[in-house]
Amino acid sequence: MLRLERLEIRQGAFRLSADVTVEPGRIVALLGPSGAGKSTLLDAIAGFLPPTSGRVLWNGTDLGPLAPGARPLSMLFQDNNLFPHLTAAQNVGLGLRPDLRLSADQRGAVDAALARVGLEGLGARKPAELSGGQRGRVALARILLRGRPLMLLDEPFAALGPALKTEMLGLVRDLARETGATVLLVTHDPADARAIADETMLVADGIAHPPRPTAALLADPPAALRAYLG
Amino acid sequence: MARRAQPLGLALPAGLAAAGAMLGLSLGTLAAVAWRAEGAATLGPADWAALRFTLTQALLSAALSVALAVPVARALARRQFPGRALLIALLGAPFILPVIVAVIGLLAVFGRSGLISQALAPLGLGPIDIYGLGGVVLAHVFFNLPLATRLILQGWLAIPAERFRLAASLGFSARDMARLLEWPMLRSVLPGAFLVIFLICMTSFAVALTLGGGPRATTVELAIYQAFRFEFDLGRAALLSLIQVALCAGAAALAFAVTVPGGFGAGLDRPLTRRDAGGTGLRLLDGLWIGLAALFLLVPLGMIVARGLTGILDLPPSVWQAAERSLAVALGSAALTLILALPMALAAVRLGGAPGAALQAAGLMTIAASPLVMGTGLFILLFPLADPVALALPLTALVNAAMSLPFALRALTPAVAEAEAAFGRLADSLGLRGTARLRLVLLPRLRRPIGFTLGLAAALSMGDLGVIALFADPDRATLPLQLYRLVAAYRMEAAAGAALLLLALSLGLFWIFDRGGRIHAQA
Repeated sequence: MLRLERLEIRQGAFRLSADVTVEPGRIVALLGPSGAGKSTLLDAIAGFLPPTSGRVLWNGTDLGPLAPGARPLSMLFQDNNLFPHLTAAQNVGLGLRPDLRLSADQRGAVDAALARVGLEGLGARKPAELSGGQRGRVALARILLRGRPLMLLDEPFAALGPALKTEMLGLVRDLARETGATVLLVTHDPADARAIADETMLVADGIAHPPRPTAALLADPPAALRAYLG
Repeated sequence: MARRAQPLGLALPAGLAAAGAMLGLSLGTLAAVAWRAEGAATLGPADWAALRFTLTQALLSAALSVALAVPVARALARRQFPGRALLIALLGAPFILPVIVAVIGLLAVFGRSGLISQALAPLGLGPIDIYGLGGVVLAHVFFNLPLATRLILQGWLAIPAERFRLAASLGFSARDMARLLEWPMLRSVLPGAFLVIFLICMTSFAVALTLGGGPRATTVELAIYQAFRFEFDLGRAALLSLIQVALCAGAAALAFAVTVPGGFGAGLDRPLTRRDAGGTGLRLLDGLWIGLAALFLLVPLGMIVARGLTGILDLPPSVWQAAERSLAVALGSAALTLILALPMALAAVRLGGAPGAALQAAGLMTIAASPLVMGTGLFILLFPLADPVALALPLTALVNAAMSLPFALRALTPAVAEAEAAFGRLADSLGLRGTARLRLVLLPRLRRPIGFTLGLAAALSMGDLGVIALFADPDRATLPLQLYRLVAAYRMEAAAGAALLLLALSLGLFWIFDRGGRIHAQA
């Protein structure tokens, strides 16, 4: 269970507060206008940005003292999710051992993860030799191998076309269901939320609102969301 | 965005240690020199003459280089012709060209038995003599005209094309264009270019050693060498060292006050579309400037190749031995440069802000330092402990590395910052730290600047004729020093062959390392 306990983030004139609980295994979309602080909230959870006050708890444990790599989560950024000088297999292998000294078993696990996301036999390719969708799949294979219980997705598929984006979101949903992972997905597109999110959090006017079932929220949007959706 | 500070293993302490070592090398040697200079005799007339000559030749060299570079840069900015990109690339070459090689090339053209003297002889005009002020300034212009041209060309290309388009739509004449667009640019670029060249010429040693000399053409740097080497008057060498440092510090302070443009960037081969440069007269004038500049730079180099080809086949064994020593010094110096620069760049990026800038400044300080002062200081410090002559080659590698460090930092630090900005968060989120982060993320991302740094440091060290002249005995001569001895003994045939060998080794070292950083480098 992810708990944001009276979390406050202040940067100059920017303010965001969140007092929110996310149930385990849920896929939750963070929806709201750009600049509202969706990515900032993800950064705070991931440990890239120390909050001004409040705590981030996972199953009751305060994540505050943990470095980003030590937190029980994996993150997909908007871009630069793969090291361009490493092969797909090496990029995935980093999820098992950051120094890439992999045993034969671990190499097998890398191949299996690549096969699971539909990239069988492409492990030797470098990111430049892969399509945008394939690169996203490599990053998802790494998340699969890391096996962390929380996935943070910061609009990683925004650069893909609509059909490909839907396909990738479907893969995210399948992987999350298989592993029981909790997912937070930043998006500015309500269609993304409708496609895979059980619940949706509205982030607007300096507040991250508690998640509500997506269908119900979008059917009867509160004023702030209505203003955003237009 | 505020980021958690991720400790990078040993990078921070290693970077601080490297910066400390550089401070020790530049300030520590200075302190040693100052301590030794205490109670030394006051300056004699010869010292005042050296001071005057240093300033005169540096002023003349900088003024001529900049003045000649303006028409050349303007011509290159507004003309397109086959080979333009190559010519602009060649303008970067003098930077890694060994001074002694260039001097031999210049002598082959402008010397007593050079091309010009030969051409004048049938007319009954005596051979020209370039030793002295004329030769020193000539050689300095040969080295710095290309640098000035690159700096000024950069200024020209920095004027947005839209301005020229607007000017053309308003019907500006070439003179209006010059007054309203080009002159303001020149006013901001020229002082910096002038000061950089002034600073370079003031610390120039090898040119003064080979083309100057005598009471009327001795620089302070050369006077330090003579006091040290011929009179072994450490007190006087120390006093002269302090004068040299004061001169350099003054010029460097001026250069920092005036914004100095960076001259080694890429992207200078974009031609400017100009509508005001169509007249036949202007076209001829531009062609003339480009042609003259190209001849001035290429003929001396061509003479080295032409004359060296016959001599290189039967070089004396001493030259080959010197070449081996030089290769060892160059490779050692390149490795040392990287060992110093990489942790400093990592630590500077890690620290960021003012502490990072201060760390970088420690590495950049050697740009205004004098290698001969460093050498003198090292001698004074080491003399009670060990035989500095026996350490001549390692000391040369060390001083060369210190002199290459500013260029290494300027290549590496932005690349480290870029790699961290693009991939730092991904590496953090995967728990990549310490040596794994260095091996898997940073080194692969830094291949190009590392290759460039190694190449530059190796080439500069290979061709350096400076601190080695202070210490070396005949058994420990490097190739540039051996070459100087051949010239001094008028063994011009062997000198031409050795010059070609040195040229090939310097350019070859740069090419191999720089190339190594480029191939297989992933975007």
